[in-house]
Amino acid sequence: MGRKILFVTTDQQRFDTLGCNGGTVARTPVVDALAAHGIRYERAVPQSVVCMPSRSTMLTGQSPSTHGVWMNGVALPETAPSVAEVLAAAGYRTAIIGKPHFEPFLDAFARFAENGFARAGTFGPHRGFEHFESATHGAAGPLHYARWLNATHPEAVDMYYPVLDSSLEVNAMGGGDNGAPQAWCNNIPREWYHTDWVADRTISWLDSLPVEDDWFCWMSFPDPHHPWDPPASEVGRIDWREVPLPAGYIEKATERERVLDAKPRHWRAWYDGRMVSNYEAPMHWVPATLTADQLREVTALNAVECELIDEAIGRVLAAIAARGQGDDVDIIFTTDHGELGGDFGLMFKGPYHVDALMRLPLIWRPAASAGIGGADITPATVTRPVGLIDLAPTFCKIAGLASAPWMEGKALPVSDADADERGFERVLTEWDSELFGVGVHLRTITRESWVCTTCLPGSAHDGTEGELYNLAEDPLQQANRWDDPQYATVRADLLADLWNHQSPSKLPLRSVEAPV
Amino acid sequence: MYGTIRHEIRIERPAGQVWELAGNASRLHEWFPGIIECTVDGNQRTIVTATGIPMPEEILACDDTQRRFQYRIVTPIFKHHRGTIDVIDLGDETCLVVYSTEADPRTMAMVIGGGTAAALQELKRQIEGATRQMKGTG
Repeated sequence: MGRKILFVTTDQQRFDTLGCNGGTVARTPVVDALAAHGIRYERAVPQSVVCMPSRSTMLTGQSPSTHGVWMNGVALPETAPSVAEVLAAAGYRTAIIGKPHFEPFLDAFARFAENGFARAGTFGPHRGFEHFESATHGAAGPLHYARWLNATHPEAVDMYYPVLDSSLEVNAMGGGDNGAPQAWCNNIPREWYHTDWVADRTISWLDSLPVEDDWFCWMSFPDPHHPWDPPASEVGRIDWREVPLPAGYIEKATERERVLDAKPRHWRAWYDGRMVSNYEAPMHWVPATLTADQLREVTALNAVECELIDEAIGRVLAAIAARGQGDDVDIIFTTDHGELGGDFGLMFKGPYHVDALMRLPLIWRPAASAGIGGADITPATVTRPVGLIDLAPTFCKIAGLASAPWMEGKALPVSDADADERGFERVLTEWDSELFGVGVHLRTITRESWVCTTCLPGSAHDGTEGELYNLAEDPLQQANRWDDPQYATVRADLLADLWNHQSPSKLPLRSVEAPV
Repeated sequence: MYGTIRHEIRIERPAGQVWELAGNASRLHEWFPGIIECTVDGNQRTIVTATGIPMPEEILACDDTQRRFQYRIVTPIFKHHRGTIDVIDLGDETCLVVYSTEADPRTMAMVIGGGTAAALQELKRQIEGATRQMKGTG
C-alpha cells in the first residue's frame, strides 16, 4: 500500500484567516495542528486570482497561459491533462467532492459535462476522477448538492443568499446587521449546509473503498467565498462588534485614496465605481461606500465559515483514523486564491495582485509513514515562494511517480534549504479579462521580497503602469515603488526575469463561454 | 447598456451552401449544441434547450438576398435580445459566418454567446465534413 492523499481546498480564503498564520478571529485548531506537524508555507502564490484558471492550474500543473483558461467563463478542455488521471493510471482510487469549477456554471445549453452528472443522477467519471460529486456556494444550479437539497430539504433552498440578482449579475444586495453586500442571515440548519455536506460525502466515499486501496481525494469546500451566509445558528460564535479591522484597511478615507492613487488606474476606478473590470464582484456595488462596521461583520461571517471548514476537516480526519489510515495519509490544505477582505477599502476580487489575493494558506502534513518526525521530512516553515502550479508534481511525488512531462512546476520543497537547492526563486501570476469592452491584462513576478506587476496595454492601461512592492519593508503593499527612480534597477531586473520565465499565451485565446 | 458578443468563423464552402442550413429557421437544433428541438410557426419559433427549457422566439428577418437571419428571444428574463446570423460571401468559394448576440441584461449575452461560438464550430464541422464525405464517396 502506498500513501493516500487528501487534498483539501477552500475557495477565496485569506492567508491570515488561520491561527497558524497569525489569524486571531477564526479558531482553526485542526488545520493549525496539521501545520504544527507538517510544513507551513509562508509565500504560496496562485497563478491566477480567480477560480477557474486557478483550479485548472491545480489540476493540470500548468500556468493559465499553457492550459488556456485565461479568465473565468473559459472552459478547461475535457482533453486537458489531469493529475487525477496520472494517479488513477497508477492504481489510485480518485474523487473530487465539492466545488470543481473547471467548466462554467452558467450553462444554459447544458453543454458542460461538469454540470450534467447531477442532472443525470451520475457521479463521473470525469477528468481522471472516478467519483465526481459537486457543490457550489448555494442551492441553485445543476450540481449534486443543489439537487440533494432540493430533493430532501426543499424548504431550505431559498434560505441561502441569492448569489446572482435578477440580471444575473453578482448580487450587490446587502444583508446582516449592517447592509454589507453578500452578508446574509441563513436559517439553514448546519447539517444541511454545504460545508458539512462536502465532509459527509467525502466520508461516505472513503467508507466505500476497500481499506487496502490507495486513494486521492480532492475535498473542495465552496466557502469562505462570498456570499457570507453561514448557518445562523453559528453566527453567534463571533460578535462582529468585537472584530478588529484588518491591518490592510486604511480607516481614513483621504489616506486610503492617496494609497490607491499611487497604484495603476484600475484600482481607484473600481473603488469609485467608475469601472468594473470583471464579473466576480457585484457590478452595482461601489467599494468607496464600504463602512467599517460592514467590514467587521463580513470579517466575522467569513471567520465563522472558516471555523466550520476546520471542524468539517476534523470530522473527515477522524473518519480516516477510524479506518486505520491516519498515519498513511498525506494532507495538503490550500485555497484557490485570496479575498480582498477590506484591504485598501475593497472586498471580493479582481485584477489586484497583492497579498490579499495572492498570499495563500498552504500546509502539507506528510503521512507519518513517509517520515514525519523522521529523517526525510520534519515540521518546517518554508519562506521561499511556491505556487499552486507545484501541487500536481507534489501529488505525483507522494505517489512515488515521476512528474508528468506536461507539468510545469516542481514538487513542493520541504524546507527552505530544499527550496534553495531545487531553485524555488520566483512565482508568476497572470491576469487577463475582457468584459464588455473593458480589458485588463497583468503579469506579476514574486521573487525574494519583491512583488512586481506590469499592466499590459489594454482598454484600461497604456502599458506604462505597474506596481512594485518591497514585502519586507512594506508588508501591506501601501507604497508603490514602480515609478521611483531609486528602484528602477530592481524593477528592470524583475521584469526581465518575469519575461524570461513567462509562458507564451496560446493564441487564439479560447472563447469565453459564460460569465462564470 | 446592452451586452454584445460577436463570434465569426470562416467556412471553406460557398455562402449559398452554408446559408441553406444556417438560414433555415427550423434547423437550428441540427447545428447548435444544447438545442434539442426547434419548431416554427409563422414568425414564431420555439427552441428547447438540453435542460428541457422551452424558449419562445420571434423571427425578425430571414433575408435570402443578404443571407441574414435575425430573431429575438421573448422570455421575460430578457429586457432585450437580438440574435443575428450573417453569412458573408468572401468571393473565393468560401464564406464568413458571423453570429452576433445583443442582450439586456448584458450577462445573458455572454451566456447565449458562449453557445453561439460552439454552434459556429459545429456548423463548420458539419458542412465541411459533409462535403468532404460527399466528394469522397462521389
